[in-house]
Amino acid sequence: MSEESKERILEYVKSQKKTKHYFNDLCKAIPEIKMMQAKKIVNELVNEGKLKYWSSGSTTMYMLPSEGDVDKEEKGMN
Amino acid sequence: MALKHATPMLDELEKGPWPSFVTDVKRLAAKGNKMCEDWLGLMELSFKDKETHWKHGGIVGVLGYGGGVIGRYADRPDLFPGVAHFHTVRVNQPSAKYYTTDVLRKICDLWDARGSGLTNMHGSTGDIVLLGTTTDQLEPLFYDLTHDLGMDLGGSGSNMRTPEGCLGKSRCEWSCIDTQEIIHDITMEYQDALHRPMFPYKFKFKASGCPCDCVAAIARSDCSIIGTWRDKIRIDQEAVRAYVGGELSPHAGAGGTEKRAFDIKEEVLDLCPTRCMDWDGKNLKIWDEDCTRCMHCIRVMPRALRPGVDTGASILVGAKAPILEGAQLSSLVIPFMKMEPPFGEFKEFVEKMWDWWMEQGKNRERLGETIQRLTLREFLKVCDLSADPRMVSTPRYNPYIFYDPADVPGGWEHDEKAFRERHQA
Repeated sequence: MSEESKERILEYVKSQKKTKHYFNDLCKAIPEIKMMQAKKIVNELVNEGKLKYWSSGSTTMYMLPSEGDVDKEEKGMN
Repeated sequence: MALKHATPMLDELEKGPWPSFVTDVKRLAAKGNKMCEDWLGLMELSFKDKETHWKHGGIVGVLGYGGGVIGRYADRPDLFPGVAHFHTVRVNQPSAKYYTTDVLRKICDLWDARGSGLTNMHGSTGDIVLLGTTTDQLEPLFYDLTHDLGMDLGGSGSNMRTPEGCLGKSRCEWSCIDTQEIIHDITMEYQDALHRPMFPYKFKFKASGCPCDCVAAIARSDCSIIGTWRDKIRIDQEAVRAYVGGELSPHAGAGGTEKRAFDIKEEVLDLCPTRCMDWDGKNLKIWDEDCTRCMHCIRVMPRALRPGVDTGASILVGAKAPILEGAQLSSLVIPFMKMEPPFGEFKEFVEKMWDWWMEQGKNRERLGETIQRLTLREFLKVCDLSADPRMVSTPRYNPYIFYDPADVPGGWEHDEKAFRERHQA
């Protein structure tokens, strides 16, 4: 269940044009799962390196590692 | 020693009798601190251009944490390479901000070695804010912080933010709850929420020991825990007479310790918001059932009046600063709750509240805004709370408040035609 949910989240993120996603948006990929549980699944994706956090300081968003590269960010490209 | 950048506009902030952060930064820059040198230059440019030259946010952080580090970059690294990366690190402060000088020295030494040396003690969330470091220093800093100092990062982003409380019982005779214990317990219990984002937006807990609310929990926190009592204000009638006789200084001498005439009617009775007190020339009488725990009389005559002994907390929710909607104070949802370890009843409430907010909250919507959108009635229902007259600011002025259309025959619908048939005029 968890693996399938992870796949669905990743597919959803890859299908979107925008690069940064709110947690609520990720949950649209797995609407049948409660948010508390969804949080654990999303965190597993982060721990596995399949998603990355992006934070403005006040809000946190998620992105694919291919989109969020520290070198690029530091060169001002993200 | 001449500084790298001329700062005529920043220099204005050194004038006047107040301490100046510009002077502090210049002092570090004069010692050859490259980050501080360029920080001064970048700030001067921002003042000149009247727009910021900081870029906001990023993906930097430490492994396994989704908060505590806020990426900051200068948009003119060509001019100010020292602040090209200038990340902020939030460090979870100890409850009520008690430190040993040894710990403070170690934090400063660590930050001199791994960052700019600039700190903000403390940020408005209560954290120790370490200003300005580079990406390569984040993991070593985190290691040193956790291993050598036994400290951890605080909250940022869509996390539970670092909980904050007043000094509580450690120094304050009015404290009705052990704020330090509560804040420490919430911090430890909800580590996952503190370090890994899960909410639609930020979520803050603040605890004040009494209704004086020294940490302004009612104005600044999504969940305010404010100490109160449910029995009677303790009165020492001898001390009341001593105040009236001018033997004791009102306000604990805060307005001057010299003896002066004290008009109890003008300075206490007439200022009581519910007029629940009377003075017959010998004894002070308080109708405690009418008291709203404003603390005014206790603050004026602290030797004579004290909070009761059956203490606990009022729980309020939904305060916030203006971002999506205007500023909002917390609304009372639990008039009284005993707050004793392990705080099971409180945590049950918190988890129901979070479940609802996570499911219903829109992106970047604070709890107070979700409640405003979906109604307080709905919030009370999902948290298994009952509406109570104490949640209404003037219940006696208008007691006809129904929270749920299901409680009213016909709900909110009004058949005007049928009404007019019954009432011709």
